[in-house]
Amino acid sequence: MIEIRLFATLRENRGKILFFEPENFRDADSILHELNIPASDVAILLINGMHSQPRDSVKDGDVIALFPPVGGG
Amino acid sequence: MTTSYNLKMLRVNLTEKSIKTEILDEALAKKFIGGRGLGTKILYDEGVAKVDPLSPANKLVFINGPLTGCNVPTGGRYMVVTKSPLTGMIASSNSGGVWGARLKYAGYDAVIVEGKADAPVYLSIHDDKVELLPAGDLWGKESTVVEEILKEKHGKDASVLNIGPAGEQLFELACIMNEADRAAGRSGVGAVMGSKMLKAIVCASTRTVIEPFDKEKLREVVTESLRKIRENGVTGQGLPTYGTAVLVNIVNNIGSFPTRNWQESYFADADKTSGETLKEKYLVKQGYCHRCPIGCGRVINLNGKTVGGPEYEPIWAYGANCGVEDLEAINEANYWCNELGLDAIGAPTTIAAAMELYQKGYLKDEDCDGVPLVWGSAKAIVEWTKHMGYGDNKLGRLMASGSYRLCDHYGVPEFSMSVKKQEMPAYDARGIQGIGITYATSNRGGCHVRGYMISPEVLGLPEPLNRLATEGKATWTKIFQDLTAVIDSSGMCLFTSFALGAPDYAGLLNAATGTNYDVEGVLKVGERIYNIERLFNKEAGMVAGDDTLPKRILNEPIPSGPSKGEVSKLNITLPQYYEVRGWVDAFPTEATLKRLDLL
Ligand code: SF4
Repeated sequence: MIEIRLFATLRENRGKILFFEPENFRDADSILHELNIPASDVAILLINGMHSQPRDSVKDGDVIALFPPVGGG
Repeated sequence: MTTSYNLKMLRVNLTEKSIKTEILDEALAKKFIGGRGLGTKILYDEGVAKVDPLSPANKLVFINGPLTGCNVPTGGRYMVVTKSPLTGMIASSNSGGVWGARLKYAGYDAVIVEGKADAPVYLSIHDDKVELLPAGDLWGKESTVVEEILKEKHGKDASVLNIGPAGEQLFELACIMNEADRAAGRSGVGAVMGSKMLKAIVCASTRTVIEPFDKEKLREVVTESLRKIRENGVTGQGLPTYGTAVLVNIVNNIGSFPTRNWQESYFADADKTSGETLKEKYLVKQGYCHRCPIGCGRVINLNGKTVGGPEYEPIWAYGANCGVEDLEAINEANYWCNELGLDAIGAPTTIAAAMELYQKGYLKDEDCDGVPLVWGSAKAIVEWTKHMGYGDNKLGRLMASGSYRLCDHYGVPEFSMSVKKQEMPAYDARGIQGIGITYATSNRGGCHVRGYMISPEVLGLPEPLNRLATEGKATWTKIFQDLTAVIDSSGMCLFTSFALGAPDYAGLLNAATGTNYDVEGVLKVGERIYNIERLFNKEAGMVAGDDTLPKRILNEPIPSGPSKGEVSKLNITLPQYYEVRGWVDAFPTEATLKRLDLL
């Protein structure tokens, strides 16, 4: 399974945590596509806690976290 | 020639009960901009670095920037600059609300407070009418109670800045509050005010505008700045919608969210304390400082009462760092910090240190007044905040002196997660290398807002940097520190820097004051400010080894989570940083001082 964690506005109408079968997804971009999230809406994409790009590959057991533009201090 | 400076300061001597108006030298003001820079320069020149911070010889400067009160986005901020009783070094704490703008409209760029009153007093400023009035009836009262009484007396448009019971008792974690939930929070500035027996400063004004040097030009640069702020994802959407606490989930998901006094760095229950949850369960509306188009403030419902809500830092410090997942308790503890005048970073991080002392047997049940300091205790974070603020038991008073003094008392100063005795905030420098340089070299001790490397290393702004790499981080940190010094001295809010850059700040300052800064020029002023702070610290007794991080950060790898195995590589980055600064053994060389016109 691939665990998808959504945050802030990306949660709207989608929920907080989703699980996807790994077979159907090669990279983070294919997951964004499935979720109907334009890549431009994602400011931070983490794969297992490391900053990543939509083209980066994903595999069984990965945790993917997606954030829109946010900040603070 | 018109300029947005008033070129006038008040000097109040509480021992002599005298109030004088002084001319502010325009060339000097422009050399250090104002706020943090000019305040430090004034204190350095007046020999304050060498004095005992809680003695009458210390001075307390409340100071605006040239953009405070101007019609510019977030132009309402002021700084409190003094010698810190917490660190023994420079303190400069920034606050928003409207107080700074009121002072500016009343006709003053700064108020310098000296000496010590023989009984509690407050200062009332209403344009030219400035007087010291008795405050015996206010002593012991909480922040919003004082505000209410003084507004009743001086009018609802008057702005009130005050200390709570923590400042009165000279606790090193005491802050200064204004507008109920705006704080000059760090480095114990409230204790200095308490040591002078000064309970409050009320400020009212007839005037409500500041004439800039070039009105047309200012309008033009403000329009452009506002556009950038509105169109930027962080300042236009993220901060207004979720506030700063939206960072909880991000920083936790990279495994750099210090948990249980930095023994771990991932908190499984973080989302229960996040900005998203705060919005869903408690948010009433956004909170705005003077002239702010962003509104990152949170106005929340606390048991039926509408109060200021917690920022990211206290949410982390009371939450993950104390192992607490109960957001309602965090909201309440944060409320007590504001009411009692406690630093909402220092107080909860000290509770976390006390929890580690309890976990490891240094603190016993009999020390805990019926509320054991166990990880995850919602009751403990609320009750111990009150004990610290009111100083109503022995351990509470010791804790209110900060985590360093607390842990040192038990022979384990290494449990204090502090730099220069000031507690570090909510980002683990083991998993984010650049912020470690900021913490270690910050002139006011452990602090994130002296060079917010989280922006490139975590948020990817203005461009993404690999958070685990060391390469280039020293140079980035220096630029961030210098630009921050400019913003803090200008009277604007640091959060604008998610959308604006050095050219925008230079443009705003030029139009308001008639300076002629380009990017290089304005950053040089920032560098000058950073260096004068360092000179202050040197005179105050700082030594080279003070630029360091707690042993836990340098030697104990993060035990689990996404940043497992990481430690800070400060041994690599610190020498690089000194080189780009032109410093040797932590202090500027003669050549550096000459280049910055500080010799
Ligand atoms: S962004 Fe937040 S802290 Fe800054 S001025 Fe606006 S409301 Fe105040």
